[in-house]
Amino acid sequence: MSPQFSEKALKQVEKIVARYPHKEAALLPVLVLARREFGRIAEEEEKLVAAILGIKPIKVREVVTFYSMLNREKIGKYHIQVCSNISCTVMGAETLLDHIRKKIGIEPGQTTEDGKFSLSTVECLGACEMAPCMMVNEHYYGNLDKKKIDKILDKME
Amino acid sequence: MSEKYLSRNFGVTDSHKIEVYLKGNGYSAVRNALKIKPENIIEEIKKAGLRGRGGAGFPAGVKWGFVPKKTDKPKYLCVNADEGEPGTVKDRYIMTHNPHQLFEGIIIASYAVGINTAFIYIRGEYENIAQRLEEALDEARAEGFLGKNIQGSGFNLDVYVHRGAGAYICGEETALLESLEGKRGNPRLKPPFPASVGLFNCPTVINNVETLANVPVIINVGADAFQKTGQKGDGGTRIFGVSGMVKKPGVYELPVGTTLRDIIFKHAGGMKGSRRLKAVIPGGMSAPVLTADEIDVPMDFESLMEKKSMLGSAGIIVIDQETSMVDVLKVVTKFYAHESCGQCTPCRIGNAWIYRIVKRVAAREAGKRDLDTICRLANNMLGKTLCPLGDAAAMPILAIMKKFRTEIESHLEQ
Ligand SMILES: Cc1cc2nc3c(=O)[nH]c(=O)nc-3n(C[C@H](O)[C@H](O)[C@H](O)COP(=O)(O)O)c2cc1C
Repeated sequence: MSPQFSEKALKQVEKIVARYPHKEAALLPVLVLARREFGRIAEEEEKLVAAILGIKPIKVREVVTFYSMLNREKIGKYHIQVCSNISCTVMGAETLLDHIRKKIGIEPGQTTEDGKFSLSTVECLGACEMAPCMMVNEHYYGNLDKKKIDKILDKME
Repeated sequence: MSEKYLSRNFGVTDSHKIEVYLKGNGYSAVRNALKIKPENIIEEIKKAGLRGRGGAGFPAGVKWGFVPKKTDKPKYLCVNADEGEPGTVKDRYIMTHNPHQLFEGIIIASYAVGINTAFIYIRGEYENIAQRLEEALDEARAEGFLGKNIQGSGFNLDVYVHRGAGAYICGEETALLESLEGKRGNPRLKPPFPASVGLFNCPTVINNVETLANVPVIINVGADAFQKTGQKGDGGTRIFGVSGMVKKPGVYELPVGTTLRDIIFKHAGGMKGSRRLKAVIPGGMSAPVLTADEIDVPMDFESLMEKKSMLGSAGIIVIDQETSMVDVLKVVTKFYAHESCGQCTPCRIGNAWIYRIVKRVAAREAGKRDLDTICRLANNMLGKTLCPLGDAAAMPILAIMKKFRTEIESHLEQ
């Protein structure tokens, strides 16, 4: 089954497209929307977005492969992104990453078998004053230590 | 007490809501500015010495003056809210706590330059903030500060939030334009400069969030007072973000020219626990590192340039004696290798190559000659790329190699 936008999402697409003098400029926001709807942007999703905006699928591919948040593979229900940049490293991010690895049993770039967690290391998240920090889906968590991480992850169903 | 131009309401309940903002005399700058002639506003901004807060420190009024007055094309304002420079957190605070002051800046800048459409390009990770901005824009529209015939002045302005999707390079202004047009974020060759050929090939102003949030301040307090708060030709305050091994990491709004020592030891509480200071990166990761005995420098563009570093985004990263500079070098080189857009060969190959060598250095599988190779590769990037990312990578790498060579060599010998 090829993916289809919901009615609600299609309305949003329309609203987005109306902001720009050229349809193509809506590509990134529409991809972000598609990513939220379908959980990934693979070939099928690329084709769908291309058709909606009237551009070639290869143009969409070019853009998708440039941006780190547009994942081609499905990821887990909770995407844990641990910052590995400078302030977080100074504040001990590496030890925390080790802790998470052991706790959920996967390496960065992997998803747990039950599809619950995906783990990534990322560059600066723009929250250095609360280093070490991480994101889980769209939420920020800062001033982390092992206990705090346990508390956050144990609460996730 | 020093002036709090931007951070007065950080932490005040509901400071992001328009009714709270209006109670604190909010939007009075817009009301007043709309009665001033556009060219006089530009003059006032020039006189205030407002320099760009995004990194390069270009005078904002001068930049606005470059946009052609008469053109049959639409003009655009792009607000740079990409905040990708490691160590930088200030725009997040402004947008979270004080979005309407940013909007005031957007409205006044647009009015001064003759712009009717503005885009706020915000990094994808700031999803919750993007939502908050959307809500605040709706409020401003409902109160007649955006849309058609703003406050009866005849001036129209639409503002939209445009979300990025994870790419440091899209903070570079021409990459930002490409990204906004729906393309890969590959920087453009300059000239032509965006002021004449920018978004959709139209004249465009690109300013950082903090730069714009200062604009209503200048209208309110006047160019002279603003200028005097800071340094000559570099007026106002900066929101210094302090992170790393200090007691009180956070954001501190202080006059331009406050010394780095005072920021770290007076305002951020000094070093955490019994840690001792080893090094400081004073203006986001791209700013060359300073050693512990170089921190009596005033934090303004000129003074840091004299120290061969830069004020950049004023993100201060404090590194303690227990942190290995090899680890710092590894993080820095990993970052640029990851974030190079790949368009220019010296940057694409150089950064990846340097990172490979640094990984060997970290694993003690390298020799002193490899350290020379790192410097040679970095030197080969300097000034040889389309955008400043090549320099932004080379300069901090070279500074670490120069100032901490002994430590790195002794790491290899252990
Ligand atoms: C690699 C690179 C990344 C940049 N990232 C940002 C950023 O995240 N935010 C920002 O405001 N400026 C960033 N800049 C600076 C912009 O190119 C530009 O100078 C700035 O947005 C202009 O606004 P200003 O004059 O108000 O500072 C970056 C520059 C480079 C070379």
